[in-house]
Amino acid sequence: MSGNMNLTLKIWRQRNTKTKGALVDYKVKDISPDMSFLEMFDVLNEDLISKGDEPVAFDHDCREGICGMCSMHINGRPHGPKDAITTCQLHMRSFSDGDTIVVEPWRANAFPIIKDLTVDRSAFDRIIASGGYISVNTGNAQDGNVLPIAKQDADIAFAAAACIGCGACVAACKNASAMLFVSAKVNQLAHLPQGQPERMTRVKAMVAQMDKEGFGACTNTGACSAECPKEISLVNIAAMNREYLKANLISTED
Amino acid sequence: MAALTFILKSSIGNKLIMGLTGLFLIAFLMVHCIINSMIFMNDGGVIFNEAAEFMGKNVAIRTMEIGLFAGLFIHIFQGLNLVFKNRKARSVNYSVQNGNKSSKWYSRSMGLLGTLLLIFLIIHLRHFWYVSRLTNEISSDTNTLFDEMKKVFASFWVVLIYVLGMISLAYHLMHGFQSSFQTMGWNHKKYTPALKMIGFWFSVIIPFIFSTMPIALFLGLIK
Amino acid sequence: MPINSNIPEGQLENKWTKYKSTIPLVNPANKRSLEILIVGSGLAGASAATSLAELGYKVKCFCFQDSPRRAHSIAAQGGINAAKNYQNDGDSVYRLFYDTIKGGDYRAREANVYRLAEISPNIIDQCVAQGVPFAREYGGMLSNRSFGGTQVQRTFYAAGQTGQQLLLGAYSALERQVGMGSVEMLSRHEMLEVVIIDGKARGLIARNLITGELERHFGHAVLLCSGGYGNVFYLSTNAMGSNTTAIWKAHKKGAYFGNPCFTQIHPTCIPVSGDHQSKLTLMSESLRNDGRIWVPKKAGDERNPIDIPESERDYYLERRYPAFGNLVPRDVASRAAKERCDAGFGVGNSKMAVYLDFKFNMMRYGKVEATKQGLLNAQDSEILALGKQVVKEKYGNLFDMYQQITGENPYESPMRIYPAVHYTMGGLWVDYNLMTNVPGMYALGEANFSDHGANRLGASALMQGLADGYFVIPYTIGAYLSKEIATKAISTDHAAFEEAENSVKERLEKLLSIKGSKTVDHFHKRLGKVMWDKCGMARNAEGLKEAILEIQAIRADFWTQVRVPGEMNDLNPELEKAGRVADFIELGELMCMDALARNESCGGHFREESQTEEGEAMRDDENYSYVAAWQYNDMNWQMQKEELKFENIKIAQRSYK
Repeated sequence: MSGNMNLTLKIWRQRNTKTKGALVDYKVKDISPDMSFLEMFDVLNEDLISKGDEPVAFDHDCREGICGMCSMHINGRPHGPKDAITTCQLHMRSFSDGDTIVVEPWRANAFPIIKDLTVDRSAFDRIIASGGYISVNTGNAQDGNVLPIAKQDADIAFAAAACIGCGACVAACKNASAMLFVSAKVNQLAHLPQGQPERMTRVKAMVAQMDKEGFGACTNTGACSAECPKEISLVNIAAMNREYLKANLISTED
Repeated sequence: MAALTFILKSSIGNKLIMGLTGLFLIAFLMVHCIINSMIFMNDGGVIFNEAAEFMGKNVAIRTMEIGLFAGLFIHIFQGLNLVFKNRKARSVNYSVQNGNKSSKWYSRSMGLLGTLLLIFLIIHLRHFWYVSRLTNEISSDTNTLFDEMKKVFASFWVVLIYVLGMISLAYHLMHGFQSSFQTMGWNHKKYTPALKMIGFWFSVIIPFIFSTMPIALFLGLIK
Repeated sequence: MPINSNIPEGQLENKWTKYKSTIPLVNPANKRSLEILIVGSGLAGASAATSLAELGYKVKCFCFQDSPRRAHSIAAQGGINAAKNYQNDGDSVYRLFYDTIKGGDYRAREANVYRLAEISPNIIDQCVAQGVPFAREYGGMLSNRSFGGTQVQRTFYAAGQTGQQLLLGAYSALERQVGMGSVEMLSRHEMLEVVIIDGKARGLIARNLITGELERHFGHAVLLCSGGYGNVFYLSTNAMGSNTTAIWKAHKKGAYFGNPCFTQIHPTCIPVSGDHQSKLTLMSESLRNDGRIWVPKKAGDERNPIDIPESERDYYLERRYPAFGNLVPRDVASRAAKERCDAGFGVGNSKMAVYLDFKFNMMRYGKVEATKQGLLNAQDSEILALGKQVVKEKYGNLFDMYQQITGENPYESPMRIYPAVHYTMGGLWVDYNLMTNVPGMYALGEANFSDHGANRLGASALMQGLADGYFVIPYTIGAYLSKEIATKAISTDHAAFEEAENSVKERLEKLLSIKGSKTVDHFHKRLGKVMWDKCGMARNAEGLKEAILEIQAIRADFWTQVRVPGEMNDLNPELEKAGRVADFIELGELMCMDALARNESCGGHFREESQTEEGEAMRDDENYSYVAAWQYNDMNWQMQKEELKFENIKIAQRSYK
């Protein structure tokens, strides 16, 4: 078919966490511009399997940009060359015939590589487990309309809650900092009346866990937000800094 | 005080120190710049020398100087500490990075710019602070600070180093100024754009004024 | 085994309330020694794990993804129904119950559906309390919108990401329990077998997907919350990993499979663009509120859609169903699209698509805007530009998604859409307690067959998943566990565990040892094509019989020709996929058998033999008013029938005309 592409891929291959990895060259032929980037990987893997090679391991699930599981660093950018989308939403029409595409895993010591392009992001789960919730048991709730929430606050909370936990912010940050991820959750809950009772303890616990996981510090370069597929704003980080300082300097809570 | 250990222990606390000391140094830069600008009076350094003498003799100012050095030291120490810590967060780097798509090079190079500034600062302190505070080479009649300036800036290479130092300062400030407000949590839809603009012009103007001084002295525009 | 749905006695309205207060309880001290295994961490799994842990049970939760937050519930777009009647438009528990039964084409259990409607308001309250940012009005109150198949506004939503927000709420609550040590979360673990001891579910074998190790886990009860099996069609709106394996293993160990052929085909998906396609993407049902669906009146019309004049367009839904128009239920809309395409009126390269056109409503919105802004003599182009802005605010993210995938601009020319597999109403047969016929084994959410009959209404899946997990299972599990307090934890050295683990191991080894010439995807695609062509939107006896034979052939080929690379003790996505596809192939056969046995049309199940003169689905209440519960016996199945009784609803032929 006309318009189809032949491409060279340089893909990070690594057997497991302990071994060293390297970029390996592959050629893919006759790639339709209508394919998604991951479908192009399917083609490559089918080809590798039939040749008797081991396919490339990579994380993916919903393939519609919401589950946050896909995680490739493509040509130097998390989720590839286009803004505000995930790798699974990237389509091959963003590339041209003859291109060389370098694909690497998210790189951060807090996200150890499991195999090839698959990394372990369970640090994010542990951060949420440390305080990214409202302590309300099933059955505790009062009527949903008892607490009116200004539309503006609901909208801010929603914009922060749009985070899909993919880790692109960490991957993009030169310090592998998780501030954008953590701040999105802190700020979501801080903007809702239900989140008030645990507001101070939450931010302290989550920041402590974040530091413990080995993410770097934020140096406000803004790369996280620029690469975020859900365009989570840097304002969240400032807001979390404020929350954190308040919790430590002003609040009388321990 | 136990409640304040977060400043040392947490990443945000560390950053707060950077921001606060940074702002403190920015305030100093302003004072420094105003006093040095006295040379543009073109009065053979009379007013400038008076101001310099006041700064050198006044007890309150000298006491504050200790604070300044402390601030500077903390800023440098903490900065280097953060650079190394942050590097440890990613021990294997990407082979291809397209960072300019998502952030400014100088935002990502604060450690490098800071190190250049540190080198510049050592040279600068040797040139002026050392001779005026720790030796007897400067006196109000034979060899004023203004005279010393003219001597130092007679060398093209020194002028070049100073100009390069000021370029580093400009970029360092361009990130540092607005970043310190972000770290303290001051990001507001209404005020942040204005703050960023102030930061930008501050970062351009102050280093520009500073670098015109050696150039003007070198070219003999100021006598 | 005779089938007993254990529906409590009494009036429909009082059944649940009364039953709830009479279910035996387990005292807090005993709860601490009772272990519950939960497979899946979506809305049903996460909410169940959380609620049960809060009660004090020891809970282990398994998911195959890297984090419980990835479960496919996250992809639900539109909203969640609840009979709150906040809009004062006459909604009530009864109405939600009635709409759900009618929408499901009278093939669901009255008592279960009534309970679902009754619980629905509590779900909203619980989610709000967790910090789920539902859409709000300016006054701070919760906002609602309407959805297909209903005439009230009862759908709560968070932009086009309701599923994501609800799941993240449940996930946060789950992580809270994980942080407190009450739930042990085992991510990247896949359940590959259930362990039955003395007829009761007592544990499972899970594979650690990173190390490949097989692990044995004991539980006093096992809850399967593993979602639907739409991926049996290869192409569906499900996530790539969504699979039937958990419930299929349970089925093969004795759990009945209820109504396997009931599949929901969603009418508004982005059409297939080529053979490379790995999944289909949904365009939210909410788009049908503002889009008009049409095809050209002339078959094979190759013109650009914007050049086709009004008079040559066939707005077939409005033509056929004047009362509901573009908002008919999903099954009706899907079939109508297929009918037009089969008749040669389809559009696009593949001719398997219809247009969803927003221009009409863009003009309507544009006029309103123009009036608001006082532009009385605005040109059509200005009005259109204003209208585009309004549409952009409402559906911007969906339009962007469309443009990403197709490379076409939906603001300029109509979207092309086609139906795609979306949800499976069928699943493990469960009684009123959500327990399968195997004691101690439960199925929740999409994994069970219970509440949606033959067609699910929009915004009801989220409701059911959370109802099951938050408000049903915490009560009903007591009926079983109260009798288990004397059962000590069984050692995983027990022969049953040994045997289960060995069977899993043998099967994995077998898959790896075939070393054939065809990839797993090859077989999955083959299966999907048979299923879609013969057990898809329209089915007939002849096709289904052929399909069964073809699927048997695929199964035989699979087990002799598949090539699974890599090793067992390693992260091996191909091996995972191979196991899942092997199960899909077996399930596909059962689905065709079920579809063949049900010689009537109901909801999403359309048998060509059973239609009215106008081509509408025709139910046969006389002969088929039952749930088909299939019992497995070594690749043979027997059907048990659970008769459906409608005592509170007048059963009628659905009409949306």
